[in-house]
Amino acid sequence: MTVGLIHFLVVSSLLFSFGLYAIITRKNAIMVLMGIELILNAANINFVAFSRFGNFGYSGHLIALFVIVLAAAEAAIALAIVLNIYKNLSTVNVDEIDNLRE
Amino acid sequence: MNEITIINISLLILVLPLLGFIITLLLGKKVKSIYLFENFILVIVFLLSSYLLYSKLNFFQNQKLFFEFNWIDIKILESKFAINFGVMIDNITAIMLFVVALISMLVHLYSIEYMKGDAKYNRYFAYLGIFTFSMNGIVLTNSILIMYVFWELVGLSSYLLIGFWFEKKSASEASKKAFTVNRIGDIGMFVGILILFYTYNTFSFDKIFTSIENGSLPFNSEYWLTITGILLFCGAIGKSAQFPLHVWLPDAMEGPTPVSALIHAATMVAAGVYLVIRIFGLLTADAMLFIAIIGVISSFIPATIALTQNDIKKVLAYSTISQLGYMIMALGIGAYQFAFFHLVTHAFFKAALFLGAGSVIHSMHNEQDIKYMGGLKEKMPLTYWTFIISSLAISGIPLTSGFLSKDGIIASSLAFANLTGYYLFPIFSLIVAFLTAFYMFRLIILTFHGQPKILDKFEKAHESPFLMVMPLVLLATLSIFIWYTPNPLNSEQGWVLSSWIEKPTLFTPENSRYDFMKTKSDIIGNQKLSYIDSKIYREAMHNVHYTAMMLSGILAVTGILMAFVFYQWKKINVQSLTNKLKIFYNLSSNKWYFDEIYNKSLVAFTIIFSKILAWFDSKIIDGIVNLVGIATKKFSFFIGNFDKYVIDGIVNFTAYFNGFIGLLVRRIQTGKVQTYLALVIFSLVVLIFIFN
Repeated sequence: MTVGLIHFLVVSSLLFSFGLYAIITRKNAIMVLMGIELILNAANINFVAFSRFGNFGYSGHLIALFVIVLAAAEAAIALAIVLNIYKNLSTVNVDEIDNLRE
Repeated sequence: MNEITIINISLLILVLPLLGFIITLLLGKKVKSIYLFENFILVIVFLLSSYLLYSKLNFFQNQKLFFEFNWIDIKILESKFAINFGVMIDNITAIMLFVVALISMLVHLYSIEYMKGDAKYNRYFAYLGIFTFSMNGIVLTNSILIMYVFWELVGLSSYLLIGFWFEKKSASEASKKAFTVNRIGDIGMFVGILILFYTYNTFSFDKIFTSIENGSLPFNSEYWLTITGILLFCGAIGKSAQFPLHVWLPDAMEGPTPVSALIHAATMVAAGVYLVIRIFGLLTADAMLFIAIIGVISSFIPATIALTQNDIKKVLAYSTISQLGYMIMALGIGAYQFAFFHLVTHAFFKAALFLGAGSVIHSMHNEQDIKYMGGLKEKMPLTYWTFIISSLAISGIPLTSGFLSKDGIIASSLAFANLTGYYLFPIFSLIVAFLTAFYMFRLIILTFHGQPKILDKFEKAHESPFLMVMPLVLLATLSIFIWYTPNPLNSEQGWVLSSWIEKPTLFTPENSRYDFMKTKSDIIGNQKLSYIDSKIYREAMHNVHYTAMMLSGILAVTGILMAFVFYQWKKINVQSLTNKLKIFYNLSSNKWYFDEIYNKSLVAFTIIFSKILAWFDSKIIDGIVNLVGIATKKFSFFIGNFDKYVIDGIVNFTAYFNGFIGLLVRRIQTGKVQTYLALVIFSLVVLIFIFN
């Protein structure tokens, strides 16, 4: 059996689902960020897979590289935000942070 | 000396008493001696009016002086007209101004002593000031509307002064009566003014006369001209206390005596005569006959009433009505000059009589009943002699001023009767002449002769102080013929009649006049003067002049002698005579029951009518108003409830509904990012399923 497009897509959708599940259920903000990373990586797998099996040249690879860079930047900013939240509210538990309600 | 100076002086004469009134009224309570200022003003006014009379007669004898300015401009739709305030000075105006100023000044000076100690001393002088102002206004104006304004103002000042001692019920009643009765006459006058204005679009006498001369008549009918004349004359009936509105004047004697002398004898009541003189030009023969009849009735009835009155002032009041009746009658029969002449002479001697009566009342400590007087001759010689001279004048005894004017009126009435056949006029004037002499000397004998009745009052009686006697002497002097004519038996040779008092001018159509009053024109100086050519009248007068003089002289002397026979020598017992003539005596002493008749008929009718109106007002009008009120209240309650429950209900329901929805929706707003995200994903999935 050869590894085809469908396998990649299954893997990436599993990753996406895990990421989403992590975002929704984890209480720790760091874990939520990790879920986001998982979703981004799922997207990367999709890009590369479609680029490999479709006739798109290297565009998919390139975008995947961009996404990795963006993910690094995003992680930096997001961690900084989490750090600030911790400084202000002394917690990183997402359930306790409901200031948006007001 | 030019016209402007005279006009300016006349305006000063008009305005100064007003100034006196204002200042005296405003400062009266603070400055006790402010009355001196008012007196000072009146002396100035007198000097000015003497100067005006002098210059008018010397420099502008045949000229009318005019001055006019726009008072109010009125624009209604297309038509535009102006109400002018104007002054017109002819000789009659100048003489009248002089008479008013002189008597007013004398009364002011007299009142200084007479009113001494009165609580409202300064206010009294203020009222005299506004009276003088308004009277001068009547005399000076050239417009009938302005005259009407001042006419009401003299009515007001008369009202204030009659009711000056308003603490007395009779005085306040009398002032109300005077005001109300005058109002009845004034309504007629006002309607007359309206007719004139409707027809001629102007209030100015001269413009109205010119229009009449050019043939324009009210409603194009001579009857309406007659009616207008009679309506205007109604004002004079009220103000001059003519029959049937004469009832207010005797009651007006409740006022202070100097006021009676000034207002209710000499000047204000003569304003009615002055009004007829001013509107003389538009009177038709019918209107004049009406005026003459009213005049002769008003001269006769009060003369009979005066015979039996016992109040010294009431006798004089009735004699005033009677003499005013003479003047009115004289105007009615066309004896224009004699009417005005009698107005002037009457003003002097009647003022002297009233002030004399005031002097008696003053020294008798407010005793007015002649039954309790007597023997005052020795105590008050000056008052006595001036009273005698004035009484001789009013009785028409030769050598007095009264003789000149009264004899002229009687002669005119005789001439008039010869020309037209109305013999009742001379007959009644002669009877009145007799009665006048009789009651005046009855008054003198009961007051000054005989024995004193109340000794303690008599003992305290004394001659009045200088300021009270001086006007008496002056006025009595003016009752002597020498001021008016060099010939004591013929007034027409005198300067007053031959050159001072203008001849009348009639403007009415020739066929609505008496036959003997045709117009004639003459050129005097550079002016065309029209006047009644009274040649026929004059000849008729010459024919009867000596007859009239003899008759009136004999009757007057008989009247005086009879008064002496009755009261001085007591040859005839008055008491038994009155018992024999009980009916006549009662009729006279009860004033012909005029007050009773008016009370029973007019006043009662008015009261019943007012009650009906009051009932109508309180039941029907108020009922409608209340009904509307109640209905509105009910309706408002309904509207209020509708607002409260329906409109407010909708509003509240909206609010509650929104709140309820908000409560429901609020639950979603947890503020937790993860919940939001879950919702977003759930919605996305739903959308995908919907749109797929």
